[in-house]
Amino acid sequence: MSATLFGLMGAALVGIGLFGMLVRTQVLLRILSFNLLGGGIFIVFGAVARRGAGAGFGGDPVPQAIILTGIVVAFAATTLAVALVLRLAANQDRS
Amino acid sequence: MDWGLLPVLAVMLPVLAMVLALPLGARGAERMTLAVLPIGLALAVGIAVVVQRTGAPIWHQLGHWAPPLGIAFRADGLSAAMLVTTAMVVAATAIFARAEFGTPPGAAERRQAFAFWPLLLAIWAGINLLLVANDLFTLYVGLELLTFAAMPLVCLDGSRATLEAALRYLMFALLGSVLYLLGVALIYGATGTLDIVLLSQRVTGQPAVVLAIAVMTAGLLAKTALLPLHLWLPPAHAGAPAAGSAILSALVIKGSFILVLRLWFGVMAGQPMPGAAQILAGLGAAAILLGSVAALGQARLKLLVAYSTVAQIGYLFLMFPLLAAVPEASEVAARAWTGGVVQAVSHAFAKAAMFLAAGIMAARFGHDRIADIGGAGRAMPVTLLTFGLAGLSLMGVPPSGGFAAKWLLLSAAIGAGQWWWALVILGGGLLTGGYVYRVLAAGLRAGEKSTMAPAPLAWSRDGVALGLALISVVLGFLPLAAFGLLQVGRLDLAP
Amino acid sequence: MIADLLLAAAILAVAVASILARRTFTAVALFIAYGLLLSLAWVRLSAIDVALTEAAIGAGLSGVLLLGAVRRLASRAEAPANPPPGAAMTVLIGIACACVAAALGAVILLLPEPAPSLAPQVAANLPTTGLGNPVTGVLMSFRALDTLLESAVVLLAVICVWSLTPDGGWGGAPGAAQPILGDGPLLLLARILPPLGIVVAVHILWVGKDAPGGKFQAAAILAAMWLLPWMAGLVAPPRIAARWLRLTVAVGPVVFIAIGLAGAVTEGAFLAYPPGWAMPLILVIEIVLTASIAVALALLVIGPPVPEP
Repeated sequence: MSATLFGLMGAALVGIGLFGMLVRTQVLLRILSFNLLGGGIFIVFGAVARRGAGAGFGGDPVPQAIILTGIVVAFAATTLAVALVLRLAANQDRS
Repeated sequence: MDWGLLPVLAVMLPVLAMVLALPLGARGAERMTLAVLPIGLALAVGIAVVVQRTGAPIWHQLGHWAPPLGIAFRADGLSAAMLVTTAMVVAATAIFARAEFGTPPGAAERRQAFAFWPLLLAIWAGINLLLVANDLFTLYVGLELLTFAAMPLVCLDGSRATLEAALRYLMFALLGSVLYLLGVALIYGATGTLDIVLLSQRVTGQPAVVLAIAVMTAGLLAKTALLPLHLWLPPAHAGAPAAGSAILSALVIKGSFILVLRLWFGVMAGQPMPGAAQILAGLGAAAILLGSVAALGQARLKLLVAYSTVAQIGYLFLMFPLLAAVPEASEVAARAWTGGVVQAVSHAFAKAAMFLAAGIMAARFGHDRIADIGGAGRAMPVTLLTFGLAGLSLMGVPPSGGFAAKWLLLSAAIGAGQWWWALVILGGGLLTGGYVYRVLAAGLRAGEKSTMAPAPLAWSRDGVALGLALISVVLGFLPLAAFGLLQVGRLDLAP
Repeated sequence: MIADLLLAAAILAVAVASILARRTFTAVALFIAYGLLLSLAWVRLSAIDVALTEAAIGAGLSGVLLLGAVRRLASRAEAPANPPPGAAMTVLIGIACACVAAALGAVILLLPEPAPSLAPQVAANLPTTGLGNPVTGVLMSFRALDTLLESAVVLLAVICVWSLTPDGGWGGAPGAAQPILGDGPLLLLARILPPLGIVVAVHILWVGKDAPGGKFQAAAILAAMWLLPWMAGLVAPPRIAARWLRLTVAVGPVVFIAIGLAGAVTEGAFLAYPPGWAMPLILVIEIVLTASIAVALALLVIGPPVPEP
């Protein structure tokens, strides 16, 4: 039951994050929206994992492990984007 | 003999080299890259020979864990052809790049030199992974390798314009990645596996899978820069250093394209989507025509070449409705498939050659305004010849590789009763001829020599670019039987 | 159930508020709250490993990163961005995004019952790894390739971030100068927490083989224990030209690849562990990988060198 609830919440978060990425103009807010969107996708995947509970596990461990990997990769992407934004700002300062 | 380790080594060699590049520093990374290039090329050729000889894909189960629990590698004919292409283009660009990103003994490490070599290795690793991995999430990691490595390559010179181009590219690419990841979640939820071969058996048109394929395709098109998602490409590819542009235009966009192929004709092998395929090819046709027209109107050489990429990407998508319209095992399907893949291969060689030639001219003139490259024909005939030969292949003039690709696609279009795509192919060829002629005509005009740098950076650069252009032309001389390699593993998805 | 409903509503509210916030600082603060609430949702989804990671990386490290960016951008006029879409366009985009969310919700409701799952296969094969935590089993054995490649991606990200060093900064210490703090709570925390945090991280790494935890969570905590004194101005990061620093970041992936290749030679498959050796080899990989990822994550947050103007 809670799997479906959180799955639907994840779907809504995907919509919210997508909206933020498309309408916000400040790059930092777009990066933030990208993370909201990513969080929603991971939650959808988490709901899928929860649905697959069995064999004594509270959730299917395969998607759970994939989500862990995904969170770290998404974080690395965020640091890249932030570094680029800061570099661009510093560049504008000097010119 | 078990050849399964060949694809593993083809991926892990550049990954290991990239990791070691960090502690080795710029000079060590450069020397190591040049040392692993021949090994990587030998591995790719070895895979192609094995696949051709055995007529079957090479398999490897990592850690002996069989899918769906584990991850498998699968190298088929498509993988083999693209692995060889990738290794050759990477090798050529690496040799070309030494003049710009080399570090002489005893010299201090420079930022650009430190970054360039691991980025090149990461792109090589990412593409090889996308070519042989058979698991949708492992493929996602490959996509991220490509995105991460391509972004800094765009803005290596650090100017404001290239930083902005890199940021725009990163936003498109990250959105594409997460959309792909959303599809991965849905597909796992509906089927309980991410293995492409198992999926081809388990997919029966579940709504979650159909939505997944839709969002994944959208995300991958943003990364491939198919019109109307191409806006990031021209500034990004034109702003990068020549070696970077060559790699980005020739290879990086092909990585996500191959993944679209795997989704549509691997995961959805039993579920043709003719309506959606027509839309995809419609976008491709629009890209061919509008991209070529935009190229005709560019004032700067590198932007012209970048818009040419936008157009040539379009050809890749013409195979989709042809494959969806005819039985999988038919002659027409085989032609459409081969035509599409040969287009990817020949464009890789031709476009890399073209960007390198454009880079040589820009370095010599100190600018890349097409109107002011008069005298190029006299001062650097080899460079202009390279540009012209690559142009022949893009136009589809016989006997080039581009001709073979476009002729196969054209005859498949007529065979499938979809003659309208044939008109697009012919029209695109004429427009391509127009913009290539524009550059050649400008270069052959007399110009003032004084505006030019006295000597080229290195003769090897001209040789490498010419070599790539010659390969793109010679591809057309290959007997059709050689293209049989591309069919291996197309139909028999089961191991 | 009611608690879940409230939690979901709170998460959605915070998310909406975050994307609508006028000031970037508010948006980031709301985003950190979002990450913390999300980790509660992970607990409710019986994914404790993910909950720990979400709290440490999704809320913690991302929060530090974004707050630092807000501080550094605050002193500047905002870059002339593209004009925002007009009202009609905004509504149109809103409708399109709502449609995407609705379609997604619909297919989630249509997912097959009973749900396909690999849990039984994991349970059946976990004993061969000698591990008790199924998620660690997937990460280190069944899908070890993903973990290996991901550690390479993190290293690549460090190279990419460093490649954005402005002219004149190459080789120097990374990161912007941190504001000098008087005797504040941060300074106190920065003095007290690190020894404690390191103990916690080692514990989380160690229990990760049998209970929720493992290298990612431990590495994120270790990274935070480095970042805290850095933010308080207590420690300066080493120069990016330092060989030992680069070696530390690279050693984890190198050891992982080496053990994978050893498996290819002795067992005939890349990343196969010899029978009986799985557990000790996995432990070795986890320990070196924790060190490499911890340093890499911290370097990613600190950013490229910033030369003094």
